[in-house]
Amino acid sequence: MATEFHNLQELRHSASLATKVFIQRDYSDGTICKFQTKFPAELDSRIERSLFEETVKTLNCYYAEAEKIGGQSYLEGCLACATAYIIFLCMETRYEKILKKISMFIQEQNEKIYAPRGLLLTDPIERGMRVIEISIFEDSGSTSSSSSGSSPSSSTAQ
Amino acid sequence: MKNREYQQIDPQALATPTPTPPPRPLPEHKTKRARRKWEVFPGKNRFYCDGRIIVARQSGVLPLTLGLILLTSGLFFIFDCPFLVKHLTSCIPAIGGVLFVFVIISLLQTSFTDPGILPRATPEEAADIEKQIDNPAASSSSYRPPPRTKEVVINQQVVKLKYCFTCKIFRPPRTSHCSLCDNCVERFDHHCPWVGNCVGKRNYRFFYTFIVSLSFLTAFIFGCVTTHLALRSQEGNGLVFALQASPASALELVVCFFSVWSILGLSGFHTYLVAANLTTNEDIKGSWSGKSGNEDVGNPYSYNSLIKNCCSVLCGPMPPSLIDRRGFVPSDDSVQTSPVEIELPAAKNDINMVGRAVTSGRPPPPPPPVVTLQQPAISIQSHSTA
Repeated sequence: MATEFHNLQELRHSASLATKVFIQRDYSDGTICKFQTKFPAELDSRIERSLFEETVKTLNCYYAEAEKIGGQSYLEGCLACATAYIIFLCMETRYEKILKKISMFIQEQNEKIYAPRGLLLTDPIERGMRVIEISIFEDSGSTSSSSSGSSPSSSTAQ
Repeated sequence: MKNREYQQIDPQALATPTPTPPPRPLPEHKTKRARRKWEVFPGKNRFYCDGRIIVARQSGVLPLTLGLILLTSGLFFIFDCPFLVKHLTSCIPAIGGVLFVFVIISLLQTSFTDPGILPRATPEEAADIEKQIDNPAASSSSYRPPPRTKEVVINQQVVKLKYCFTCKIFRPPRTSHCSLCDNCVERFDHHCPWVGNCVGKRNYRFFYTFIVSLSFLTAFIFGCVTTHLALRSQEGNGLVFALQASPASALELVVCFFSVWSILGLSGFHTYLVAANLTTNEDIKGSWSGKSGNEDVGNPYSYNSLIKNCCSVLCGPMPPSLIDRRGFVPSDDSVQTSPVEIELPAAKNDINMVGRAVTSGRPPPPPPPVVTLQQPAISIQSHSTA
């Protein structure tokens, strides 16, 4: 049955961690940072597919923008080379600025969409940009076996 | 499986004072100092300046490299430059100075920068990956299962991703595990003993700048010293007299002569690698040269344009460090670290940390920590499973 939380505060007070789902990286476009949009089975009853895909697609767009090789990155690179890269110690790079935007985006998504459904996204940077970790919470009032009640099938990632 | 009460930290609560106890225990709870993540880093690296500087465990011959460069350049500026300024132009020490500065700065940056180390998998991630891999022979402890691989298609090429047993992750493409540093490094080029560090995604451009500027410096010093000795011989009674008048030049000549060939060769080799968007590792293994008899292999990461390859390798965006060296390890007795019900035996107290990047050179966050994580920290207190 779907667990209802109204905000992050409620999640905090009454939830217990059930399981975690990991969205793996999609390497089909090379080494750029991109996550798979495949909908994991464990989230089936918790969140709408479209919302999830929207989140992952937006994240992918942010990362693509950070890693884009274009005018601004060339300028930054050439300037850095000319100053013997000392400029990296003084200035925040474009990548770092976009990472901050991503953090804010994830926080906003958590507050508005995921926490009310008993889910929590973890910023990929905290997992070495390898996975998007989604924690699934159960209401501690319902103490039925929360650990992988639906055994995580191997359909996740891959 | 017991259900444990699990407290989440509200991100807003970190900024505003709340009646509930703060995540970081106050001094009266425990006098344990908050530890930074570099102090519990699992790889074989050493850290200085409270985590700002990272080097490999063995410094290799970095002191020798630095010593040679400083010695030769020092002798050049002291003994050769005065003569050359008098007889030729004062641009010579200026050019030499600029090259010297470039060499030293890029050397230090290559040595002290995180090359692109991938943090090890958290226990849940490792368990999740294990579940996905079919492994019927796992019961026997002595039998090591065959290397696990996963295949992906990149740019119409099939690339095999290997599983790293140490880091418990499937290595991303172009990532390799350095046994000297005991870390998986992204876009691993090689482990360079001369700089005492791995060369990977984040410090390749520094390394390239270093070898190119060093080849210019070596060639420049060689040329200047030869000119100096030639001019002196003409003025005096021959080469022997010139060498006696300036013995330091002889030493510089020897050092430069022997190093210029290898350094120029190395620069040339790396210029080729940059132009083809290859790593030394891939080149040596012949991953894309079709050595295995498959003619269809080509480098899937190359943009097939010289300029674009060069620009993407050298002028691309600077990726952040994925190991949050200066972040704080979530404390054991803070509210969010109640053991999770996932069935991990609490064998060792092995805390895996990964954290936000963006730390090099930044001032540390203010003391009530865990603030490095903007997300509520779900820290796991158990350890290694498989």
